[in-house]
Amino acid sequence: MNTFGHLMNGFGVALQPLNLLWAFVGVTVGTAIGVLPGLGPALTIALLLPLTYKVEPTAALILFAGIYYGAMYGGSTTSILLNTPGESASIVTSLEGNKMAKKGRAGAALATAAIGSFVAGTIGTIGITFLAEPVVNLALMFGPADYFALMILSFVTVSAVLGSSAVRGLTALAIGIFLGMIGIDNQTGQARFTFGVTELFDGINVIVVAVGLFAVGETLYLAFQKSSKTQDDSVLEVKDSLWMSKADWARSWKPWIRGAFIGFPIGAMPAGGAEIPTFLSYYTEKKLTKYPEEFGHGAIEGVAGPEAANNASAAGVLVPMLALGLPTSATAAIMLSAFQSYNINPGPQLFATKPELVWGLIASLYIGNVMLLVLNLPLVGLWVKILRIPTPLLYGGILVFATIGTYGISRSVVDLLLLYAMGAMGFFMRRYDFPTAPVIIGMILGPLAEQNFRQAMTISQGDMMTFLTKPISASLLALAVLALVGPKLWGMMRKA
Amino acid sequence: MTGENVSATAPRGLAKGDLGIAIGVVVLGLIAAWQTTEIPQSAYAAVGPRAFAWATSAMLVVMGLFLVKDALSGGWSHETDDFGEVDWPGGLWLVGGLAVNAALIDVIGFILSSTLLFLFTARAFGSQQLVRDAIIGFVLAFVAYVGFDRVLGYKIGSGLIEALI
Repeated sequence: MNTFGHLMNGFGVALQPLNLLWAFVGVTVGTAIGVLPGLGPALTIALLLPLTYKVEPTAALILFAGIYYGAMYGGSTTSILLNTPGESASIVTSLEGNKMAKKGRAGAALATAAIGSFVAGTIGTIGITFLAEPVVNLALMFGPADYFALMILSFVTVSAVLGSSAVRGLTALAIGIFLGMIGIDNQTGQARFTFGVTELFDGINVIVVAVGLFAVGETLYLAFQKSSKTQDDSVLEVKDSLWMSKADWARSWKPWIRGAFIGFPIGAMPAGGAEIPTFLSYYTEKKLTKYPEEFGHGAIEGVAGPEAANNASAAGVLVPMLALGLPTSATAAIMLSAFQSYNINPGPQLFATKPELVWGLIASLYIGNVMLLVLNLPLVGLWVKILRIPTPLLYGGILVFATIGTYGISRSVVDLLLLYAMGAMGFFMRRYDFPTAPVIIGMILGPLAEQNFRQAMTISQGDMMTFLTKPISASLLALAVLALVGPKLWGMMRKA
Repeated sequence: MTGENVSATAPRGLAKGDLGIAIGVVVLGLIAAWQTTEIPQSAYAAVGPRAFAWATSAMLVVMGLFLVKDALSGGWSHETDDFGEVDWPGGLWLVGGLAVNAALIDVIGFILSSTLLFLFTARAFGSQQLVRDAIIGFVLAFVAYVGFDRVLGYKIGSGLIEALI
């Protein structure tokens, strides 16, 4: 069957009333948590992971994908109206968006962000649709050694290339791999890193780590920070119409398209990350605009482009996740663990064995985008109300849900204490400028890398050279080394 | 050279906080290495359960040593430090709330324990409206319990209020 036929079958799955309902719940919850500062899609999906025991896989993944897309839309509302962006990818939107809102143009900023997100999200989803199969066909040629090399490349790009420091990124990654290794080794049955504690034999749940790092850690950070209580967090009013003027349209549509084409490829690379494409889009628009004097004072292009890039790269991240089983963001890693709890392994085989799941999921992304456009434009007033929840109540609520997400699945105070330990770690990581996403990625991807390494070594009968004699694996490893030492060498060469 | 004359590019010497973190990473790596020696050898597989454990321990130690080096030559956290002043009462209210929750949740159940956690957290963020926070916290915990335990099938366990519904 060709791609189009698969997609039509996917729509057959996604348009079933119950699945439509899951998609709707997902995008609504996603928008809400995207709007709320301090909450993100990784945390929310982690909290809802136990649903996988109850709900069938297609429904759960449609829900999670809806949350993922929804959070991207919701984040822009916050960065326009509040100027304290919830996630790093929305920082750029606040540069111009918040200025527009201060000038009484909040409606136009929200509109160009929402419509731009829709346009780019749809382009990104079309990208997934047509890129998935070629990537799958490529991936079918991969052996365990090649997968291992791909994961090493991904480790390097996710932790060492993105972010401010390679050493701190790799430290976070190593901590994640360490956490992922705790428990019984499933090949030999030996306990590792358990310190003799029986509760650790089953390993540490990724929910505990994600919720601890993102929810408890963030709350601790803000509670210990004096300035978080005094800063002005008044929500700007939406005074103007939510419909853009003709001039706004004329100035927005090209940045949307450009943003989508900047964001999607970068998201789809095994490196991921939504920050780089948003910054790239911002500087592109700043260069190309006919109104350079408006940049820094509320230029609509500076909202339209980065928002589009943000959404398209979020879509792009799903390509390696689905087609290779390679998560390149914290959210994708947690979605991967949702697959794993069904004993489903994303990757090329999944497209052959469970086409209705994969294509149903992809089709639901198209539907979710339409729902999100409706949710975010006419109903923006509702989200503005959510934004007005006082901080003390917001963080009180976050911790109540954090308790449910951990204690509520195991009824174990040990898990609760582990959650707080992860929270303390999250606090120090934030305080000392360590990225947290590599922890989650290392935790999920580390065991997979080890598994592929062992398989490759079994095939090669213990010969390490197998990673260097296979062309795919050798070139991926060469890329990884280049990504790791390249920037340093470049710096030294320029100095010399 | 006095403190005021230190320019941004001059080495600032030792950064205590950063050094503490760096040493912590080294120690974690050493603990991991110690735990690796506790893993029994396996004769059957080409790569045993120890190989990756050694690699991870080594990576932690090496990264930790890099961080120690950074910390001794001025540290890194001052470059991006946006933390500002510490709010001890606020932070300690929150830590207290977490401790109360962990101590009481098995005894009085999720709903009441979470209500207390909510109260402490709201106080940590400067709220003075005890009654309002208690009511909102209780309603939220109650609704969350019913939603997750009774509808979604989580197993949050029993308690004083839980037994009544």
